[in-house]
Amino acid sequence: MAIKTEPFILNIGPQHPSTHGVFRLRATLDGEVVVDVEPVIGYLHRGIEKLAEGRTYTQNIPFTDRLDYLASITNNLAYVLAVEKLAEVKVPERAEYLRVITAEMMRIASHLMAVGFFLNDLGAMMTPVLYMWREREKLLDLFEMVCGQRLTYNYMRIGGVSHDIPEEFLPALKRFVAEMPGFIDEYDQLLAGNEILLVRSKGVGVLPEELAINSAASGPVLRASGVKWDIRRADPYSIYDRFDFDIPVGSAGDCYDRYWVRVQEMRQSVRILEQAIPQLPEGEVCAEVPRLLRPPVGEVYGHIEAPKGELGFYLVSDNSIAPYRFRIRPPTLINLTALKDMVIGWKVADLIITFGSIDVCLGEIDR
Amino acid sequence: MTIALNGEEVAEKIRGAFPGSVVAADKAAVIVTNQSLYQVAEFLKNTAGLDFDYLTDLTAVDYLDYFEVVYHLTSLKHNHSLVLKTRCYEREKPVVSSVVNLWRAADFQEREVYDLMGITFEGHPNLKRLLLWEGFVGHPLRRDYL
Repeated sequence: MAIKTEPFILNIGPQHPSTHGVFRLRATLDGEVVVDVEPVIGYLHRGIEKLAEGRTYTQNIPFTDRLDYLASITNNLAYVLAVEKLAEVKVPERAEYLRVITAEMMRIASHLMAVGFFLNDLGAMMTPVLYMWREREKLLDLFEMVCGQRLTYNYMRIGGVSHDIPEEFLPALKRFVAEMPGFIDEYDQLLAGNEILLVRSKGVGVLPEELAINSAASGPVLRASGVKWDIRRADPYSIYDRFDFDIPVGSAGDCYDRYWVRVQEMRQSVRILEQAIPQLPEGEVCAEVPRLLRPPVGEVYGHIEAPKGELGFYLVSDNSIAPYRFRIRPPTLINLTALKDMVIGWKVADLIITFGSIDVCLGEIDR
Repeated sequence: MTIALNGEEVAEKIRGAFPGSVVAADKAAVIVTNQSLYQVAEFLKNTAGLDFDYLTDLTAVDYLDYFEVVYHLTSLKHNHSLVLKTRCYEREKPVVSSVVNLWRAADFQEREVYDLMGITFEGHPNLKRLLLWEGFVGHPLRRDYL
């Protein structure tokens, strides 16, 4: 005799460890199989876009720290680059190098979190995360040396950076750069061939190339689906055209590829650091920019390759001291667009890791 | 380097296909009429040589006299970009065609513009507030919302 079943709705979150913040997934299930999901967001909405319209261009820099708070340097960078494009500010050479160095350190730190928590979602409770945090902690110490903060750095300024680096910074960074490839090998040894990781993530949550482009996925999510698109290469900003690095690309677009792309990107970031440190010139770290900057009337869209994808700022200026419109293009919100297509037909446990493999940050999704 | 296509040249092509659809065009952007937006977007996406396969960003700006909906389009194939805009002079109930059928990327972004700016996207399959809760009154990103 057939048992009569009917779909039911499961609320995952907003308070749940696997949602990486305050995020709610309204999942319709048939037994354990996902029939439909709908992300419900906004729990962390602070109205940053509106608040920014009432503050000066410089005062808005700390707001950007609070978007993707696991990668605040790159948020700072995206914003100041957009303002500099709008106001045509020239940045000193040493500041450009410091920006690239800190941005790549940030990318490694963000990917360490992403990879660690992805393993956490897979059920390897906390152990891989603590391995990753061992290295992330060193990066946070380095950031603390540079600007005194460990999470919200507020390091970039319009025209440069806030502080020059202290004496002890470069030796410590060199030590980190020398050690890091060995640590990545260690992760690979522990994880890449791990049977549980392979079985749970290979072929799961596939995002086909065409859908990835159509839903404007970006960052590691797009590249894992086989699209060789990295803004550092496609539309170089700052001084990225001076460095030699590869763009790791996946083929299957599954959870494993997204994991793999992130690990490879850490290696490439180390390569960029290796090249940037010896080239670091002496000189000023910030151009002279009026504190109450009034960019000419106009608009600009500036974007960078943040650790989680394409982070863009669309600014409209009416020649006053505050932006007329301050729009943030959040990479992870847009990466979530195709989540539904990736998880339908999979089980709840796969939904958790597919969501984890996208690597979201709710501060940025809700703004 | 992503090449920003000259808006005037693209506007010529659009005029050729849909006479009367272009309101204004300069180097930076093409502004099209509200009615022709969907057709023009489809044309930009599917015409060989343009191939705008990637909708980078969709947002809106309130200029008090009108709303401007801004589309930042990119072609990953040719590595070029274009800014497409349309204007809504209606303040009570501004309506623009949805482009979700062309680019899935518009899904959340149109919902966000609807939520915060109060512009309705006709043809969107699930148009409801994204960040604020149901029952919230007003659209905070409008310049007259205080």
